Amino acid sequence: MAALLEVAKLHAAYGLTRVLHGIDFSLEEGSIVALLGANGAGKTTTLRALCAMVQTEGEISFAGTRIERKATEDIVRLGIAHVPDGRGTFVHLSTEENLRLGAYVRKDKRAVEQDFERVYGYFPRLKERRHQQAGTLSGGEQQMLAVSRALMLRPRLLLLDEPSFGLAPLIVREIFDIMRAINKSEKVSILLVEQNAAMALDLADRAYLIETGRVVLSGTADEIKRNDAVRRSYLGY
Amino acid sequence: MDAFLNQVFAGLATGGIYASVALALVMIYQATHHVNFAQGEIAMFSTYLAWTMIDAGMPYWPAFFFTIVISFVLGVLIERIIVRPVERAPVLSVVVVFIGLLVIFNSLAGWIYTYTIKVFPSPFPTEPVHLGSHLFSSHQIGAIGVTLVVLTLLFAFFRYTPLGLAMRAAAQNPDSSRLVGIRVGWMLALGWGLAAAIGAVAGMMVAPSVYLDPNMMSGILLYAFAAALVGGIDSPGGAVFGGFLVGVLENLLGAYVIGNELKLSVALVLIIGVLVIRPSGLFGKIHVTRV
Repeated sequence: MAALLEVAKLHAAYGLTRVLHGIDFSLEEGSIVALLGANGAGKTTTLRALCAMVQTEGEISFAGTRIERKATEDIVRLGIAHVPDGRGTFVHLSTEENLRLGAYVRKDKRAVEQDFERVYGYFPRLKERRHQQAGTLSGGEQQMLAVSRALMLRPRLLLLDEPSFGLAPLIVREIFDIMRAINKSEKVSILLVEQNAAMALDLADRAYLIETGRVVLSGTADEIKRNDAVRRSYLGY
Repeated sequence: MDAFLNQVFAGLATGGIYASVALALVMIYQATHHVNFAQGEIAMFSTYLAWTMIDAGMPYWPAFFFTIVISFVLGVLIERIIVRPVERAPVLSVVVVFIGLLVIFNSLAGWIYTYTIKVFPSPFPTEPVHLGSHLFSSHQIGAIGVTLVVLTLLFAFFRYTPLGLAMRAAAQNPDSSRLVGIRVGWMLALGWGLAAAIGAVAGMMVAPSVYLDPNMMSGILLYAFAAALVGGIDSPGGAVFGGFLVGVLENLLGAYVIGNELKLSVALVLIIGVLVIRPSGLFGKIHVTRV
């Protein structure tokens, strides 16, 4: 079976500052892959590179199509939803308007209306807050909103950038549980960037460890968990 | 009392024009954080286009709607061809481009149509209208009506249509907008088109009272700028309120306090006053930056 996402020799730079130095990884349809690594290793940049938000070199194939030359707006139309670093909330719009924007490129208007109920089912708190200005939501609620906005696309691949950042452990647990449920029941593939390696490895099928812009280790989540270096540096025991 | 009411009413009529132009300024400001100094001249040029059509024998209302459409396209083209290349340029370069546009449209109008003033027709009857015991100019009432219709349509467009929502999103957060698939560049172009279309309506509504000449909008742009600042340069509702307020204030002060010759200084005093006392305007957001 060909991989849903196939990345080869990916380089990326912000102006003159090169951040990625030839990254290779792949993701099978329906699986969850975690990118682990310390601050500044290039995890966020990798996700941004997939969505053409930084200058890149190398090959990126999604569902058999090369996408590295496409614009962000067109990559979204292929079914890649990105929950960005910092959540990317439209703070002056209401919760409901944020969700509606998530489905902006979809033509099946009736199914979109049903999908509101679907994401409200996952996150009932958002339904209570649906007319509230999104900027006034709590950090956890904004993260739920960011994930929900991405789900409104009905994506084939969900890119999640540090969903646990700055949130209380209980809320992180809730969001991760829902990610697992979405992956199982809706077959949405997930590429997860996370500093909390323990939680990420519990959720993921496979993982890649990135250090200073290169993949230094890859394997199934269990293999990575058992690796001594990872255990000491990232899991802390 | 009669004279006073008439002054207030005339102020509301011109205020509607200021409100429209102020709204056009605010729309472009919200999306790009630039003040389009050429907004007034584009509106003036649109009004000349309407005059050409009417002069060639086209009835008023078809010419009116045709002008709106052409102005919209003109606005989109200006954004695509002239503004786009300086998108990432320093703010002063953008200001120079806008002033360049101002001069170009002004000279173009003078070159094509000469600087002699022209009479621009009003679509409304010439007889005044009785409201209660008062007499009001039909054109003023009509202009207020047209302004309110335009503002209502715009409000509905931004509030209730997917495209309006996408334009608001693109103005607020371009990066996130791209990530949900919005073509941000086109939203900016659409914003320019809408602003030019609103300006065209304002131009056609004000031309019957001030007569049509290439410098017709220069004073109006100044009032509109004052209106936008009074309301808050990032608040569309504030711009509309500011427009009506400035219109009434200008008329009353002109009639009773400082005389008609000094009216334009009202705009300048308002601009400086707002910038000194409350830079965010009446309805604007106060910007706080974390360090």
